[in-house]
Amino acid sequence: MGKPNSVLRNVSQYGIVIFLVLLCAYFTWKTPKHVFITPENIANVSRQIAINTILAVGLTFVIITAGIDLSVGSVLALAGVISMTFLRDGFSIGSLPLIPQLPMLLAIPLSAVVAGVIGSGCGAFSGLVVTRFRVAPFVATLAVMTIARGLAYVYTDGRPVSPLPPEVGDLGASDVPFLHIPSLVLIALLIVAVGYVILSRTNFGRHVYAIGGNEEAARLSGVSVNRVKLQVYTLCGMLSGLSGMLLATRLASGDPKSGIMFELSAIAAVVLGGTSLMGGRGTVLGTLIGALVIGVLDNGLSLLDVSAFYQMVAKGFVILAAVILDQLTRGGK
Amino acid sequence: MNVPALQMRGITKTYPGVRALDNVSFEVAKSEVHALVGENGAGKSTLMKILAGAQSMDSGEILLDGAPVHITSPQKAMDLGISIIYQEFNLVPYLNAAENIFLGREPRGTIPGFINFPVMYAEAQKVIDQLGVRLNVRTPVNRLSIAQQQMVEVAKATSRKASIIAMDEPSATLTEHELESLFELIRSLRQKGVSIIYISHRLEEIFQIADRVTVLRDGHLVGTNPVADTNRNEMIRMMVGRELKESAAADQKQPVEISAPALTVKNLTRKGVIEDISFTVHRGEVLGIAGLVGAGRTELARAIFGADRIDSGEVWLNGHRVEIRSPRDAIRRGIGLVAEDRKALGLILGMVVRENISLANLDAVTRVGFVNRREERRVAQRFIHDLAIKTPSVEQQVQNLSGGNQQKVVLAKWLFTQSKVLIFDEPTRGIDVGSKVEIYQLMNRLAASGVAIIMISSELPEILGMSDRILVMHEGRVSGELNREEATQEKIMSLATGGE
Repeated sequence: MGKPNSVLRNVSQYGIVIFLVLLCAYFTWKTPKHVFITPENIANVSRQIAINTILAVGLTFVIITAGIDLSVGSVLALAGVISMTFLRDGFSIGSLPLIPQLPMLLAIPLSAVVAGVIGSGCGAFSGLVVTRFRVAPFVATLAVMTIARGLAYVYTDGRPVSPLPPEVGDLGASDVPFLHIPSLVLIALLIVAVGYVILSRTNFGRHVYAIGGNEEAARLSGVSVNRVKLQVYTLCGMLSGLSGMLLATRLASGDPKSGIMFELSAIAAVVLGGTSLMGGRGTVLGTLIGALVIGVLDNGLSLLDVSAFYQMVAKGFVILAAVILDQLTRGGK
Repeated sequence: MNVPALQMRGITKTYPGVRALDNVSFEVAKSEVHALVGENGAGKSTLMKILAGAQSMDSGEILLDGAPVHITSPQKAMDLGISIIYQEFNLVPYLNAAENIFLGREPRGTIPGFINFPVMYAEAQKVIDQLGVRLNVRTPVNRLSIAQQQMVEVAKATSRKASIIAMDEPSATLTEHELESLFELIRSLRQKGVSIIYISHRLEEIFQIADRVTVLRDGHLVGTNPVADTNRNEMIRMMVGRELKESAAADQKQPVEISAPALTVKNLTRKGVIEDISFTVHRGEVLGIAGLVGAGRTELARAIFGADRIDSGEVWLNGHRVEIRSPRDAIRRGIGLVAEDRKALGLILGMVVRENISLANLDAVTRVGFVNRREERRVAQRFIHDLAIKTPSVEQQVQNLSGGNQQKVVLAKWLFTQSKVLIFDEPTRGIDVGSKVEIYQLMNRLAASGVAIIMISSELPEILGMSDRILVMHEGRVSGELNREEATQEKIMSLATGGE
């Protein structure tokens, strides 16, 4: 989108950044021995944030088209358990091997591809239901959320996929050589960068904004609305699938119960980042900031020994405050 | 002499840039059916909205039975016995007829908060029976025919003891037979002392049902006559009889050589909307399409452009038959549509000028999937200069521009596609005179360069000034074709209202 041209809009863009900085300062000051700012804690919290960020980047695309995807957490679980099963048992269907035994160095990237493909399939399915059958995205993805979760249980018989080969867990815990940042964080940042470029610089990204801004006007200007929507849901599904694989490496287990309620944190990150649920407006960088706020809040409150119950209450109010601020700055429409 | 049931005196209403009503006075007697006619935009709807309390007036007064009243809200209007039945009904589709009739004032049961259904159904049935209508009040409204829904609206009005009922185009969607029942209903209401304001584009109906007729034109009162003392031609003359503007030269089509056929439409049909439409428009020609609201002009444009599916018929471009299934197909083949409602259909208001201009031809500024913003900006700047679009920069959101400049952005978008056939749907509606003239000049330049232009317009001087040929539509069909020399406002209006 164009440069925001109202002062208030600028304030709200920077507002969330200022809020993030204040939040970090507060937790640094308040936590015992300033544990919040220690390298160990930062590495830990950034790994947590990485997964939510990847989900939220995909959702940013969907939400800018004025859609929603509630299935990201379930798709994450489904892709996670299938890709981990392949890593544990080899790439086979039943007793039929698809490819011979691979060294882990190749098998791990391949499992990421598998997870991405499964996620893409789920996303494309949602997209088809939304575009061909005109089902509201909320309802369509609510159904897919249930379906994917059910499939994850069916596939694993409800049991986590573990133990996994030790190399798998190493990836989730590893740092990038020389840079000394967690591998997960690097992957998330790459995805943010690519998402940012696609959304703000490409023909496709422009069409995403146009559809959210005014779907009928976009159609009458020759935008293939259905195709773009299908691509957007597929992209979101792919990133959900990839997140599933990454989360499993971090936990060294493919759990069919993983990712429950993740859609809410991801949506919250997108909205905190200034993307409008009405569509047409939002950025990937904003989403990154939003994900940081959610992650820092979770981590900081835990370090302060705030009970998990109160954490939820606090998080809810923060989201409300940010969205109300956003509404006010948009000047009531 | 009896005091009139309703008097509206000296009503004036100004919207930014337009005087919608200028000192209009209008009265309706008790037990009278009073027709209100005028072209699109003559001020009928505004007058009715003021009566209904949906719009405020700048000056003027309203008297009921000789007593001044202040209608400050729709609720107040209803309390005073005024009911308006709009073309789009105000009914809740999933509630039944009785629930709709008593919506918001349901008979209370003995337990607070509960509805006394037996009383409600009995009362509703009584109202319906009194109107002489056969209808089960327990039927959900969405399962009733349009005519029956209209009856429910009337029942809603009479159950509120309305003494003045205004009907906006009540016949537009009715069949011949249903129309007859509506007339019977109106006559029986008149007998009960109700005053009816009847708005219609169909002049012959007015002779059948109305006692008097008032004609509005451009927000002015032209006159009120007893129907018995007037005739169809006189009414048409009153509706259109404005002097042509002095700036005639600026809005005249320049003669250019009209060459090969660009677009031919054969037997185009979209059921219930447009019926069996055929015409050809040539390179360099401006084909005007005239007709009243609801005649199917916009629907025709959308069908050609692939925005709505067609049921049958053919579209030929430059001598080849083409299949157009979507706007994207149409744009690829060189057809552009400047849509009627620029805010809803023409622009993405939250996007900036640059992004709106490039949208329909984004591929032209895209390199391997990436939008080349520098080139995009250059394109936008060129059009801002060529069309004299008043905007602080290419990065201005279009929602901050004036109507005329927004329309120029829409035009720039279509010029950038280099379409060979351009359809303009009400291209100058709601924009200032200066921008209007610029748009006419632009159309002349386009025609001179060989573009074929279809111009849909409700403004007859514009149609007469800019068209080489004029197609008139009535109820989804072409009711006549006039060439530039023979066309007059009277002939067009006669064809548009279903005359020969």
